[in-house]
Amino acid sequence: MKREPPQSVADYGPLFFPAGMLLIFFVVPFGTMIAVSFFQRQQGGFYTPAFVFSNYERFLSVFFGGVLGFSLMLAITVAICCVVLALPFTYLLSKMARRLQVVWLVALLSVLSLSEVIIGFAWSTLFSRTAGITNILVELGVMKQAVALSPSFGAVLTGMVYQAFPYTVLVLYPAIVRLDPTLVEAARTLGSSPLRAFFNVLVPALRNTIMATLIMVFIFALGSYLLPQILGRPQHWTLSVLITDQAIYQSNMPFAAAMAVFLVLVTLGLVALTLLIGRKGEKA
Amino acid sequence: MSGLVLNNVTKQFGSFTAVENVQLSVPHGTFVCMLGPSGCGKTTLLRMIAGLDDPTGGAILLDGEDITKVPTHKRNLGMVFQSLALFPHLSVGENIAYPLRIRGKSREDQKKRVDDLLSLIHLSGYGDRPVSKLSGGQRQRVAIARALALSPKLFLLDEPLSALDAKLREAMQVELRQLQQKLGITTIVVTHDQREAMTMADTVVVMNGGHIRQAASPIEIYRKPADTFVADFIGSTNLIETSADSSGDATIFGHKIPGLTLPSGMQKATISVRPEDVHLTTPGNGAISGIVTFVRDLGGTIETFVEAGGKQIVAVSTPRARPNVIAGQQVGIVLAPDVCVVLKQ
Repeated sequence: MKREPPQSVADYGPLFFPAGMLLIFFVVPFGTMIAVSFFQRQQGGFYTPAFVFSNYERFLSVFFGGVLGFSLMLAITVAICCVVLALPFTYLLSKMARRLQVVWLVALLSVLSLSEVIIGFAWSTLFSRTAGITNILVELGVMKQAVALSPSFGAVLTGMVYQAFPYTVLVLYPAIVRLDPTLVEAARTLGSSPLRAFFNVLVPALRNTIMATLIMVFIFALGSYLLPQILGRPQHWTLSVLITDQAIYQSNMPFAAAMAVFLVLVTLGLVALTLLIGRKGEKA
Repeated sequence: MSGLVLNNVTKQFGSFTAVENVQLSVPHGTFVCMLGPSGCGKTTLLRMIAGLDDPTGGAILLDGEDITKVPTHKRNLGMVFQSLALFPHLSVGENIAYPLRIRGKSREDQKKRVDDLLSLIHLSGYGDRPVSKLSGGQRQRVAIARALALSPKLFLLDEPLSALDAKLREAMQVELRQLQQKLGITTIVVTHDQREAMTMADTVVVMNGGHIRQAASPIEIYRKPADTFVADFIGSTNLIETSADSSGDATIFGHKIPGLTLPSGMQKATISVRPEDVHLTTPGNGAISGIVTFVRDLGGTIETFVEAGGKQIVAVSTPRARPNVIAGQQVGIVLAPDVCVVLKQ
């Protein structure tokens, strides 16, 4: 059905509500943040309106550059781990009986209801020397003695993958369920083993979904600031941790704002780059 | 023997039996159409031949070798799905080359085979196009070419033409049959369209309720249906109750049909008479008498509905071969004994 282009102001009516919401809850706060990032900080106090670049200048250092790099690397690793784990998981889930699928999805949703704090402390217990999973390995005779697995990079990664996994499955699920099941069957009749059919046919057919999921998990992981503190050492802290630290404990709003703006710009840049690569790949 | 043999093949889904003790042998190079109403088990049977479903009982043999437990990708078959299942991320040429690529054929071999197949399906020069830019009939042909790329032993098609419009479907039926004859490949098509089955098949397998009701040439299926279901499902027919008199001769509505006898021991039977075999004459002379209730004049053919013995009998004839009757008129019905097929109970 072809729609006529809007003729009068009233035709744009349905747009007012979302536009208003976007303005009030996104554009205004973000604008405020951009403005604050140029403000002058009062030592020991709050800040005064100004237009200075000192906040950005301070950010351009090896230390903050390193933290930014680590944050991006961590988020990308989490995104890749999540998709690599969730893709076969969701595919096998979609092949299960309907009733089992519901049970699994409900279980995943219940993980979503856990707060980041609970997830963090649960994993830190599981990774501890005294009560952690290594004790089970000792019992089984696999390890000589129990060790602490946390704090470490692996612990941070595990916690964040655990937290983002249900989101990943829920985003992939509709696309995989809608996928024509005969695609994989056709590949099998044409000589592909089921595993090859999965990589040859299913993954390429889901390309766009996989891209979108990667971006979503990446952004989700970038905002994580509790798990790196609970499960990691200071060198595993992300930019979000430093932003929180500056904004709340150091009361340096302008610097926190500058870092946040910078993070948003870098994120947008990366997402745009991914989409660009994705589009090029599609043409080829 | 060379060809495909199904030996007591059974498939159960829980307590539901989709296919029960199916026995069928398909000689090499034959074109078989499996025909039946939806839910009759024909698609399940095809999927078991393809290895996409495992039979719960029985064996499937291809050229004398038991392939019941052989996984699909090692069965050397080509299959066309109802949805066609063309890979959306690949071009026409890449789709056809897919099975060749999986088998590790060289690039030159792939290209040569794809070009050959494209010319076979009259789509030369379409190799680089995306699949989404093709029409329904073209996609159909690409799916066929892809399934034939490895010169399989067995060519399976699951309702391959059902997505096409009527005119294209008729053309594709002829094309598919000609292609099969050219390649001499053993082919099994699942369809619910009897016209399709009659057009293409060497052997029509009529299925219902998970059983094979009859497997025979199209003309035999039409002329000599085995039972009531087949007679009723294939074409239109008049099913008439008959009973045997003391000498075993059949009588219909109290009229003796000279020359028609029921098999010994049968007191009652249903016979099938095709509408074009029902002959209308003037009443009397030993003909079954009836009253014309309706005349449907279609130009090319005329259908005359006659009520006789409380039953409706339909006669079809060309306008020239038919006595000029109108509704309400008394007519005589003559049934030659050789057109009456006694059906199994």
